[in-house]
Amino acid sequence: MTTALSIDDKIFKNLDGSGDWSIKGYEKRGGYKGLKKLLKTDPVKHIDQLKESALRGRGGAGFPTGMKWSFMPKPDGKRPNYLVCNADEGEPGTCKDRDILRFDPHTLVEGMIVGCHCLGAETGYIYVRGEYYDESSRLALAIEEAYKAGYLGKDILGTGVNVDIHLHLGAGAYICGEETALLESLEGKKGQPRVKPPFPAGYGLYGCPTTINNVETIAQVPPILKKGNDWWTQFGRPNNHGTKIFSISGAVNLPCNVEAPMSITLKELINEHAGGVIGGWDNLLAIIPGGSSTPMLSADDCETAVMDFDGLREFGTGLGTAAVIVMNKDTDLLRVMTRISAFYKHESCGQCTPCREGVGWVFRLMERLSKGEGTMEELDQLYDVTKKIEGKTICAFADGAMWPVQGTLKHFRHLFEEKIKENMKKSA
Amino acid sequence: MATAKTAATKVKIVTPEIGHKATDVGLEFSKETEAKIKRIIKRYPKEQSQSAVIPVLRLAQDEFGGWLSTAAMQLTAERLNMPYIRVYEVATFYTMFNLKPVGKYHVQVCTNCSCMIRGSDTIVEAVKEFTGIEQNGGMSDDSLFTLTEVECLGACVDAPMMQINNGYHTKLDKETTLQILDSLKKGSEVETATPTKPMKDSY
Repeated sequence: MTTALSIDDKIFKNLDGSGDWSIKGYEKRGGYKGLKKLLKTDPVKHIDQLKESALRGRGGAGFPTGMKWSFMPKPDGKRPNYLVCNADEGEPGTCKDRDILRFDPHTLVEGMIVGCHCLGAETGYIYVRGEYYDESSRLALAIEEAYKAGYLGKDILGTGVNVDIHLHLGAGAYICGEETALLESLEGKKGQPRVKPPFPAGYGLYGCPTTINNVETIAQVPPILKKGNDWWTQFGRPNNHGTKIFSISGAVNLPCNVEAPMSITLKELINEHAGGVIGGWDNLLAIIPGGSSTPMLSADDCETAVMDFDGLREFGTGLGTAAVIVMNKDTDLLRVMTRISAFYKHESCGQCTPCREGVGWVFRLMERLSKGEGTMEELDQLYDVTKKIEGKTICAFADGAMWPVQGTLKHFRHLFEEKIKENMKKSA
Repeated sequence: MATAKTAATKVKIVTPEIGHKATDVGLEFSKETEAKIKRIIKRYPKEQSQSAVIPVLRLAQDEFGGWLSTAAMQLTAERLNMPYIRVYEVATFYTMFNLKPVGKYHVQVCTNCSCMIRGSDTIVEAVKEFTGIEQNGGMSDDSLFTLTEVECLGACVDAPMMQINNGYHTKLDKETTLQILDSLKKGSEVETATPTKPMKDSY
């Protein structure tokens, strides 16, 4: 059985960039068809359908999208509602939104139009990470095309729906991918997460009701609403339905972004879509399944792991952004994991003490221990510290910084121990 | 009083004394940039012009030599009716704002996990070899290049990669890296990974 999706079932039909990214190409692939009908339908009906579809957010947390959208109040005429698209893609290993923006930007534009209609918003902002300059320029052209074609602006296609979309570029801060930090950044401030509650649906951008969703999530909404839940739920296991873009990078023969059905096994994903592990499956060392924040899987785990939200939870890790980072036996695993710790040290926003102080502390310990400079007791201490940082901060950043360290200790503690012993011998 | 040569304009950047305005030391945006700023502010609701601080700082960085002097931040604050300290906070928080001069070409090599696994060490070495830069963050003697090792730039399936000014260069090896740098040194254009017409108002 093949796990490849047919072109009809793919939402991102031009993800590989082989076709025309512009509005002409998108319309030829069926884009914007049926948009008028969606805009004429009552938003409540759409949100009910999304709830039943079990679409879960593609940005990392996997929160049910329909439920999130149902939290938005009806516009009261005093405060506008906003839809904000989170395109601040920065989780190491993750690069799916980049290819959506540059190769299939109209999927997102159509998603924003439908999303704004569902949420009672007349203005949407797309917050793109600052480094994606060429990609943003593509998206800006796509937005311009959509205005010209009458898909954006006032009274879209005569339906009475008004939607304006603005692009907003960041300037380099991983933390702005956290939704409330993103709002702060969009308001022209440092990107430091807000204390929740209040949640953005009650008090978001400029203090108005706001929903924030990932690029992929927003782009998936129109096809689900058009094709129906029977189509969507044929892919993946219950509670994990649909199609998903996997970014497969690292030690594979053909690194790629590929849209595949949810609940595909990790082994199939690597072998069928990414050309296999460099040096063969037996040369596999470990895989990070969902971006740098998710704890790694050992080679043994990789034999049976199923790529969906619930499947990876069984292994004590998560689907995250579905960024699969493959390490083979030629990889210096401790160096890679220390590099990931350095990343979190650099990106901590500095607001909460356990994170600001602790993440740097953990990095320095990782740096020392990965070279064998330290004692066995310090390995226990390292684990202990990660447990004291996790769950003690305003946002999930610190948790995401600690999980990869815990994953390393769980599966590869022996690598540290070997280095420490080696070092002790040398000094003796 | 700090001064610096700028690549984009011939303006001499002087830091104003406390209590003085940027315009007191002769720093001004060009007419085109002023028009862009006006249009950018319109993307946000009335009374929310502060939202434009990141795009305007990026315009300022481009216009005044690739980095943000105190005067450039002050000028931004004046345009957006913000206290200077709020602009300073933003400029120091985000990594894309350079608070000291950089070379004409800011070479940023990703050295995070996916790129590391696929050989970003080789790319960093190649840049050092070509430019003579020894330290991360250093500038070449001819002021053409600055090298910075950066965090994940989100092009992991095209690793290893680097960003030079606004453009991405992906699927690199030593040879292609050297070719790109050589072309830039000779003043030729180098095609980026996603060649696209830049945005109308730049940011």
